[in-house]
Formats: sequence, C-alpha cells, structure tokens
Amino acid sequence: MAMENGTALPNTTPKRRKSKWSVALEQKYLFFMSVPFVIWIIIFNYIPVWGWTMAFQKFRPGLSFREQTWVGFDNFVALFSEPHFYLVLRNTLAMSIMSLVVGYTVPVLFAILLNELRHMAFKRTMQTISYLPHFVSWVVVAGLITKMLSTDGGIVNQLLIAIHAIDKPIQFMAHGEWFWGIVTMSDLWKEMGWNSIIYLAAISGIDPELYDAAKVDGAGRFKRIWHITLPGIRPTIMVMMILSIGWLTSIGFEKQFLLGNSIVQDYSEVLDLYVLNYGIKMGRFSFGTAVGIVNSIVSIMLLLISNRVFKRWTNESVI
Amino acid sequence: MAAKSTNSESVLFDIFLYAFMISVGIVTVYPFLNVLAISFNQAMDTVRGGIYLWPRIFTLDNYKEIFIYNNLIVAFKNSVLRTVLGTLLGVFSAAMVAYVLSRKDFIARKQISFVFVLTLYFSGGIIPVYMLIRDLHLMNTFWVYILPGLVNAWNIFVIRSYIDGLPISLQESAKIDGANDLAIFFRIILPLCKPVLATIALFIAVGQWNSWFDTFLYNSNSDDLTTLQYELMKILANTTAGASSADMARSGNPELTTRVSPESIRASITIVATLPILVVYPFLQKYFVQGLTLGAVKS
Repeated sequence: MAMENGTALPNTTPKRRKSKWSVALEQKYLFFMSVPFVIWIIIFNYIPVWGWTMAFQKFRPGLSFREQTWVGFDNFVALFSEPHFYLVLRNTLAMSIMSLVVGYTVPVLFAILLNELRHMAFKRTMQTISYLPHFVSWVVVAGLITKMLSTDGGIVNQLLIAIHAIDKPIQFMAHGEWFWGIVTMSDLWKEMGWNSIIYLAAISGIDPELYDAAKVDGAGRFKRIWHITLPGIRPTIMVMMILSIGWLTSIGFEKQFLLGNSIVQDYSEVLDLYVLNYGIKMGRFSFGTAVGIVNSIVSIMLLLISNRVFKRWTNESVI
Repeated sequence: MAAKSTNSESVLFDIFLYAFMISVGIVTVYPFLNVLAISFNQAMDTVRGGIYLWPRIFTLDNYKEIFIYNNLIVAFKNSVLRTVLGTLLGVFSAAMVAYVLSRKDFIARKQISFVFVLTLYFSGGIIPVYMLIRDLHLMNTFWVYILPGLVNAWNIFVIRSYIDGLPISLQESAKIDGANDLAIFFRIILPLCKPVLATIALFIAVGQWNSWFDTFLYNSNSDDLTTLQYELMKILANTTAGASSADMARSGNPELTTRVSPESIRASITIVATLPILVVYPFLQKYFVQGLTLGAVKS
C-alpha cells in the first residue's frame, strides 16, 4: 500500500483532499471503458425484468405502456386453475431434482476413480475423452442419444438382444415414464467428465505425504480414499453444492425440447417449454410471462428447500 | 511395505478400475465414431443396418449432398461468423470491464460491480426478453446472435480474479512512464491475460457455435440467417425415432433429394457441426482447467 501511494502519482504535491470530481476526471478512461457496458447490461438484463408487469396486464402488442389494461392477478388465477400446469410443474421439479442429485454425486466419484489411475498417459487420455461431450451441442447430443436408443439398429437394443435380455427392440423414446431417466442419463453422459475437473484439481492439491504416511500405517486404497481424499476435497464439494443448488434456477428446456416428442409430452414438458408454447407460439404474452414468474418463484423455493436439507446434513448454510 | 492381503485387494481394485474406465471411454466415444462411419457410408447401404465403427461402402456422397444443399453453406457461414465475431467482441469487452473493476482506486468500482453481480441472480425470462428483442428491431437480423449476450458478468469476474493475481508493480511503473489507463489496459493487461482470455474465448466460442435456440426463436423466418445447429435441429425433429407421424409431417427440407437418407444427412451434418470444436479443445485443456478453477474459487 505504501508503495502504491508513494509511486503512483509522484509529482502531485497536495495529495490529500482531492475532490471527488477531480479524481473522476483523472479516471475518465476508466469510466469510458466501463459505462457503455453498464448501459448495455441495463438494456439487455434489467429492462426485461420491467417486462414482468405484463403478467398483471391484458397485454396487447402495439399499445403503449399506459394504454394497457391492468387485470391484477387474473393471469395467475387462470394459470393455477389449469390442470395441465400441475403436470408441467411436476415434470420440472422431478427433472431438476434428479439432475441435481445425479449430476452432483457422480462427478465426485468419477474424479476420485480417475485419481486412482496410476498410468499417467491413460489417465490423461481418459480425462480428454471425458470432456469431449461437454463441447458438443445439445442438438448433436440429442441426435446421438436417439440414434443409440433407436429401434432399428440402435446399439443399446442390439446389445440387449445379443445378451438375450429382450426379444424385440424396446422403443425407449416412446415410453413417457422413462423420459426423466433418459434426460438425466443424457445429462450425465454429457457433463460427467467436465464436472469432475474441479474435483480433480482439488485432489491434486492434497499433500502426497499424507498418502505415504497412510500407506506406512497399513491403510488400503479404500481407507486412503475415505480418510484422505474425501476430507481433502470436502471444501470443494461444499462450494460445488452451493453452485449446483444455485443452478436449480436454470434447468433450461433444451434437453426436453430436443429429446422429447409428442408421445412423451406429458413427461417432457417443463415450465420453460410451457412458456414457449403458450406465450410465444399462441401469442398469449401476459399468460406466458405469468408462467415465467411462477417458474422463478418455484426456483427460489427449490433453492431455499435444498438449502434447508443441506444445512441439516452438514450444519453449513449455502445462502 | 503393504501386507499381501492389501496387495491382492489392490490388484482387484485396479482390474475393476481399468475395466470401468475403459467402458466409460467406449460409451463416450462410440456414438461419435458410429456417426462418423455412417457419414462416410453409402446412404442406401446404411439403411440395411449393421454399420458400427467402419463404413461398409465408402462414399463422400453424403457430404457432397449437404454442401450442394444451399441452406447449409449459408448456415455454415453464419455459424462461423457469429462464432468469430461474438468471441472477439465478447472477450474484448469482458477484459475491459474486468480491468476497470480490478482497479482498487476506481471511485465507481463498487457500484458498477454491483450492477454486474446482480445479473448473476435473476433474469427476465423468455417472453420479456423476446419482447425487448422485438422492440429493438433485432428480430430477423444477424445482430441478435451477438448483441444480447455480449457482456457476461461471469466472464468478467473470472478475468478480474486473474488480473487481481498479477503483480501490481507492472501497472505502476507504466504509470510513472506516463501511460494512461487505456494504454495500460492495451499494453500491459491484455498481453498478460492471454491464458485466461484463451479460456473465456473457448467458452464463448463453444456457446456461439452450439446455440440454435436464438435462430429458432428470432430468425426462423430468414433463411439467409440460419445456423448450422438450427439446420441440424430441424432435421433431427423430422427424423426422431419414436416420433409420431405428426412430428414426421413437420416441414422437412424439400431441397434434400431422396438419393440420400435423412439418417446419412444427419450424420454428415453432425460431423460438420462437431468437428471444429473437437479439433480445438484438447489443445486448450490446460487453460480451461485453470480457468474453471479460478471461476469456482471466486464465486
């Protein structure tokens, strides 16, 4: 700090009591470099929040804000009296929770197993391979998954037939009850390797002497994993739990949109898709915005509930 | 040294471990190799089934077919353009804001940080954003791919935490030499930030290259603004296995002749849409691992 004061502006003699304005003038370039982006983010991220007012109007495009008719909570009443809404809500909750549980635990295990590989070249190859699906779009992944699960020549069906587990191919994508599982597994296939990166980095930070000491004491590999690796990455596991609970608010709809079809619709439609189908396709903007708001509220409630559960387990709070 | 019993336990563990890892590897890679083989196999022959890792009747027809299919050339150009432009502008603007926010002496630092931090926690939702894009007359323009997501708070904070780790003395000595803040940013900060900028560039580029929803939502009426992923998505929607006849009947791509099957077309477009990223990412592995760690620690 002393360095900073002493050398930053060596020639200005009265260093104290510079007015705010003269400092601002001195830092004019810093303002030039940031203010345009602040305006930018206000336009693209803050103004849409103002659009939530639409949910309380009978919004008609083309009219100005003052000309719109206000309807109070009518759109929400309409939404909650629609039986289909509860189906969509169920799907959203189910898939969020499944992907939170599976998508959070499996990468930890995968990272620990990767770390147990002693053949370095093999380990590195496995890492690179496991990151691969992360970089591919959901469009491509949905295509691959449907191909692998297809009834004509899909490898999964062929393998199942080859080991005589089934007699004729199963139509995986036509069973509504399986859709949640398929989405969760696809998600896992795509992101398992990627999500393990952070744990691997944490494991590599553990002092190797701990392992050597445990070996001398006669601890086997399971014991070393249990007593050294896991406690060593505990802080990272906690941080990632916080982040994944935060991500509950954005489960998205890409997977459901791309993997779903009209047969499994009752299991694949999530709130965001509902918004898309009712709000934009049918032009019911106010209704769609109301769904969007409910979606946000549901997300926040999920966040609070998971935080409660998490706290009970670990005595640590996320928020 | 370890006792004999722990040794045999360890060997057993290793056998299972390697078997598990190899199966994970196969499950990950096989779908890609399978699609690659299909894309090089004659379409009529593919229909007979039984193509796994290697084409039975090698041909380039599938690729020829998709590249005479006019929309795809346009789509490819647009995908490349949005990736290049979006990445350059995105990295540059994030780096600039990150530098400003890394300056502890900047008087508006807290306020501006706050404006960006808040955006991590809420979003307006699909419809309000849709209405905004419409009101700004960005629909059916190329700019809808670039402008809305240009400034991203997460990228800014990752870069900032990297700048925070740089020695401050470099900036100070430049200041003594009379460099202004703009010059410090361009001459000192940008060159030093190369590793983190490479990471962010990779993330933005992958996001741009892979996105299809903005084309679907905003530009589905303009054929000359289509993108590769959107074209692939349309074909996928037409051929999804298990889809009902209603889905099948959804508008197809009439330009595609019957000489090749949808499956072969899909395979070759999948390869075109996947290859550029797969060629690049292994070389950036060192950087993104570092970048991810930085990001997680900060947030």
